[in-house]
Amino acid sequence: MNGISKLALKESQIMKIHYITGILALFVVAVHILMRLVVPYSSSLEYAHVIANYHNIFYAILLESILVLISIHGFNGVRVILLELRQSKIWENSVTITTIIAMIVLVSYGTRTIILANGLGL
Amino acid sequence: MRELDNMTVKSDKKAGCDPRDDSFDLKKTTLRVFRTNTAQGKDSHFDSLVVPVQRWTTVLDSLLYAKSYLDSSIGIRYSCRMASCGSCGMKINGIPRLACYTKISELEDPVVVCEPLPNFPVIRDLVTDFTQFFNHHKSINPYIQNLNYDKTEKIDEVSSSHSHRQSREEVDKYLQFSYCIKCGLCYSACPTVATDTKFPGPQALAQLYRYYADSRDAGKNRLNIVDDRHGLWRCHFAGSCSKVCPKGVDPALGIQLLRSYMLGISKDKRNV
Ligand code: SF4
Ligand code: FES
Repeated sequence: MNGISKLALKESQIMKIHYITGILALFVVAVHILMRLVVPYSSSLEYAHVIANYHNIFYAILLESILVLISIHGFNGVRVILLELRQSKIWENSVTITTIIAMIVLVSYGTRTIILANGLGL
Repeated sequence: MRELDNMTVKSDKKAGCDPRDDSFDLKKTTLRVFRTNTAQGKDSHFDSLVVPVQRWTTVLDSLLYAKSYLDSSIGIRYSCRMASCGSCGMKINGIPRLACYTKISELEDPVVVCEPLPNFPVIRDLVTDFTQFFNHHKSINPYIQNLNYDKTEKIDEVSSSHSHRQSREEVDKYLQFSYCIKCGLCYSACPTVATDTKFPGPQALAQLYRYYADSRDAGKNRLNIVDDRHGLWRCHFAGSCSKVCPKGVDPALGIQLLRSYMLGISKDKRNV
């Protein structure tokens, strides 16, 4: 437990990461939405177009960064909301650990999907 | 002497201020006072009391009238009657205010509802327990920390004379925050305090800024006290603290300035 608490970030460091990921997520999501508009919107969602996006390595990196940034920002947001509900060490540690695990699971699963769709995993 | 008395009454009448004058315009208002006694486990209820009011009657005046002539058991806390001691805070018509600083005429409501301050445990009627609030205040070390005061050797011209002179600009950096009278109105208006009892609240955080921005202070560790899960970062910036402060302090601004330091955005303590 001592080792873990040494690793723990200060709240100001966590919030720095929270704000930075929020700002970067705005940027990458904006690029992602603009890419829907370079062709007619409905055809941008067609199967072939979506797969073509995944096969483009730059677009795959963009999707991966959206996944990572939104996950970090979102799960920390959920953690902050849950922390306010109760004030006890057990609750606080459980909330922090659960949100970190949920974030890792989501990012891993999403990354696996991106890799598979990109074709690297085949 | 008799002549002098007559003169005084006469001049009062002329100004229309003498309550003994029948023609004097004395209105009445209804006070709805929250009543409870937690020690005796009594159910809470509201008592309605009709009190006379004049243009300048404050809520505290009318509560004291009710206590003197209608029901002596009403529990109120007050002291200075001039918005200086911070002890008469209560929720008046839904908003945390100082009873001695709120005129009934400015409420523009025929019924004045007095309740204890939210976010504070109630002791009796309108009297609340400030223990937790003061503990938060104490936790930020609300005093100037400067070891140079204790040293005898000459460090520089200022500290050797034991007088820490400040320029007008240096004073301006914290002055408005030093007007806080610890009345707890901001604490009672804060939505984060309502859900998170470990959150220091706007008053303590604004005071932390007050000492942090003071050029005489060298207590750099203060920021670490509030850099935790329930500290500075839990403010949602609702701004209700600044809205209710009777002394013109802007605790929300203090909190945002503290944040900008901690994020490294601001290095210079701005004039506020
Ligand atoms: S900041 Fe204002 S409202 Fe808050 S305790 Fe101080 S004087 Fe009262
Ligand atoms: S009685 Fe002192 S502030 Fe109201």
